[in-house]
Parts: sequence; structure tokens; C-alpha cells
Amino acid sequence: MDWQFLLASLTKIVVFVFLVTLPLVALTVWAERRVSAAIQDRVGPNRVGPFGLLQPLADGIKFLLKEDFTPSHVRKGFYWMAPALTMVPALMTCAVLPFGSTLFGEKMVIADLNVGPLFVFAIASLTVYGIVLAGWASNSKYPFLGGVRSTSQMISYEICLGLSIVPLLMIYGELNLSKIVYEQAENGWAMLPLWGEGWSLKGALLFIPVAISFVIFVTSMFAETNRLPFDLPECETELVAGYHTEYSSMKFALFFLGEYAAMIIGSGLAVTLFFGGWSLPFGWLKPDELHGEVGFLTGAIHIASFFLKVIAFILFFIVIRWTLPRFRYDQLMRLGWVFFFEIALANVILTALILWLVE
Amino acid sequence: MAIVVKRPKLKWWEHLYIPAIISGMRVTLGHFFQIVSRKKKVTMQYPEEKWDAHLPEHYRGAPALVTDEQGRERCVACQLCEFICPPRAIAIRPEEIPSDDKWAKVEKRPKKFDIDMVRCIYCGMCEEVCPEQAIFLRKDYAITGTSRDEMVHDKDRLYEIGGVRTGLVNKWNDLK
Repeated sequence: MDWQFLLASLTKIVVFVFLVTLPLVALTVWAERRVSAAIQDRVGPNRVGPFGLLQPLADGIKFLLKEDFTPSHVRKGFYWMAPALTMVPALMTCAVLPFGSTLFGEKMVIADLNVGPLFVFAIASLTVYGIVLAGWASNSKYPFLGGVRSTSQMISYEICLGLSIVPLLMIYGELNLSKIVYEQAENGWAMLPLWGEGWSLKGALLFIPVAISFVIFVTSMFAETNRLPFDLPECETELVAGYHTEYSSMKFALFFLGEYAAMIIGSGLAVTLFFGGWSLPFGWLKPDELHGEVGFLTGAIHIASFFLKVIAFILFFIVIRWTLPRFRYDQLMRLGWVFFFEIALANVILTALILWLVE
Repeated sequence: MAIVVKRPKLKWWEHLYIPAIISGMRVTLGHFFQIVSRKKKVTMQYPEEKWDAHLPEHYRGAPALVTDEQGRERCVACQLCEFICPPRAIAIRPEEIPSDDKWAKVEKRPKKFDIDMVRCIYCGMCEEVCPEQAIFLRKDYAITGTSRDEMVHDKDRLYEIGGVRTGLVNKWNDLK
């Protein structure tokens, strides 16, 4: 392992995870509050800094300075471990997301793994341990119920999440996210097959299973990140605050940030799989080959394109949250197991049939 | 009697849930764009903009003592307001008006008149009970302080808020 690779990787980790994703988390919290305010005819935080943009900073300072209270009835070890266990996996999944083509001849992905989506699901499913531990170690009723709820919810929807992207993997025949993105840059995004090979009968037929996949994927993503309309693990009206009821100050902040980080990574994955990642529509400014050299400006445009799509997706998440009421728990389970599971399975078969018939 | 709620029979596309999401998002995004494009304005930016010009005549703000046209303090320290005050926010110590004073026949005036604004509930009973028309609820509502002591309005402060009030019944004037 040469030092150049190490240095490049370290730079990418620091810049992408700590200088871009974490500020994006803060920005998402701000956007959530401003957008929800506008939807409810309010104003939202607008005092700290221009347009209230420094509000997350003020919140962070408040979180750090508040008393970090540990109740006497909790299991200390697990109680301390839980917040870290929700935050760390969320940030770890950043590793395989290709957030740009190339810049200075360097691939704009931290780890160009050949098992991209599988890695994301494997790591993201660890988040459930954080929530279960938080619920259980808190040693009180509401966190316990919240923890139990979120366990069954996340495990149920992980299946749909995994199954929903199988058709895509069948179409691309590839598990490497960089290659999937390049494929989409050449032959049309999965959700917009309007150029290259996508603009054909095969592309049009394959759009049907892809659209079904997209709906299932996005809905499962809402359930996985515990967002409304599936935020039953922490629904205020029934469970006070769910699994993080007993947490205060920075430990609570870690849960909070972990949830938003998971949301950003989920958006990033959805953008990568369905909306062509960093690529521009109609193959504009596309590099000639996978990881082909592009100019600095083109590379920067690709990165900007990725983050623009992610931000658009996050706004979609936010608007959905403030539009839909919460599901009942049995409805949630029914939706996951009775509808999405079967539809996702049938979708795999449908994709296989289309691919077989068209060949 | 039990009421049977008839559930509407949904069409197949209504079962899909997606049309409901879209119509819901039309409502929320409608509000969103109305607010963002500043077509509709609901919120008043409080410290910069205030309702002060629109406060009704009967508004009950901070209680205050008043003086009249003759410059006489109207309070005669009868202590009825102190007696009626539900949260016991008022504390009065009366004193005798010296016999060489112009208003010696009034006999009594407050030496100390404290209203604890932490306790005051702005009920207006002091104004109602006052036989001398000496205490009124003004339109000041933002009463703030950094300590409990600061929140106690003493006699000087109360007269400062109250100011001069004209057109009151002057029963202590000399007969003409």
C-alpha cells in the first residue's frame, strides 16, 4: 500500500465525510425546520445568521453545553454505546457512494468496492443495534417499546429494500456503484431512460419494473430511516420520544444526527441507483471511459450534479414528512410484509421475463 | 344507540395510496410556495413589529397609579386593592398627609406602594375595586427584568407608567 493512495483516501474521507456530509446534515436540519415552517404558514428559525443558517451551529453549541444526564436505572455500558452505534454506520456507508467522476485524476469515491449496494445494506442494518440497545439499556417502558417497534420495522423493511434493487442489479449485471453510474451516464438513467440504449423498446419495457422498484425502494428507505410516515419508534403521541427518551445533550444529538445522516446516505443511494449519480442527463460532459480523465471543471460539475440531486431528494423527504400522517403499526407491517415483499418478488420475476424475452 | 359509520368504498386507484399522496403534497406545497413567494404573510416579526397600535381600549396590561390635573396623587391608601388582589401582588404602607399640605383633608396617602409584577395576573380587580379612580391597567405588556427585585414596581415607577389622567371625578376639590 503506497502512501499516495493512503493520502488520497484520507483526503477524500476528511473532505467528503467530515467537510461535506456533516455540514449537509446540519443544513438538512435547518432546511427541515424552514420548509416545515413554510408548509405550516410559519417562518421558522431566521434570526441566527443570514436566513437563520447558523441555527444548527447554535443548536450544536446548546447540545454540547447541556448537562449530559445519565439516569441511575440504565445499563451504563450499552447506554453509552448506543448513540455511537447509530451514528457510525450511517457515516460508514459514505465509503462506497461515488460522488463525482474524477478530480485531479483521482476517483471520486472513497472505496471503489465491487459489492457497493450490499456493503451499504450490510452496514446500514447495523443501525438497528444502536436503536435496540438504546431502547433496552434505557430500562424504562417507552424506550423499550420504541426499540422493539423499530427492530421489527427495520428488519421487515430491510427485506423489501434489498429485494427492490435486485431488478436494477439484473439490468446492469453489476454491483459496483461506479460502474452502475457510468452505465447510466451512457444509456440513460434508470428513472429517465431517454438516451443511449435506454431509448429503445427494451428500455421502455424495463422502465416498468424500475419504476416499481423505485417506489418500493423509496418507501422502504423512509421506513429504514424512521421518518414520517413511518416514525413509529419515536412517535411522540404514544411513546414520549421512543428509544431516545432517556437521552440528553450530545448523546441525544448523536441519535438526531445519525437519523439525518442516514437520510442523506439513503438519498445518495437512491440518486446513485435511480438517477444516474453524478452524471448529467443525455450524456452531457460524460467521460469517455469508466474513471476516464476529465477536466477540473467537468469533475466539479459532476460533483455539484450529485449533491444537487441529493439535496432535491432530501427536500422530497422533508415535504413527504410534513404531508403524510403517521401509519398505524399494523398497517405498517401489512404494507411491508403483505404488499411490498410480494410486489418486490414479482418485480424480480417480471424483470427476468422482460430481459429473457427481449434478448 | 350505536352509530354505524359507513366507510366509503374506494376505487382501485384510490387503494394505491399514491393519488392521496399527490393531492396531499399539492396542499402542503401550495402553502409552501405561498409563504416562500411572500404572497401570503401570517407571522408578525415580534420585536420589530408590534400590535401596539391595534390594542383594544379594554386591554389589560400592567397596573399603574395616576395623578390628576391638579398634580395630586389620587391614591388615598385605602388598601382595598391590596385586599382584593388575588395573587397578593400589591403591598401598601400608608402615611398621614401632614396638616400643612394643600390636600390635608384627604388625610392618607401611600408611603410605599409596591406591585410585584412576577405575581400580578393582570386581572384588573384593583382597577375595579378602587373607589378613587387611582389605579388603572395600562397597555404595557412586556414587563421584563433580570431579577425578582427588578420586577417589583415601586411607587415612583408606578406613577411614571401611569402618568397624568384627566377627566376623572374630582371629589376632593373645594366646592365652588
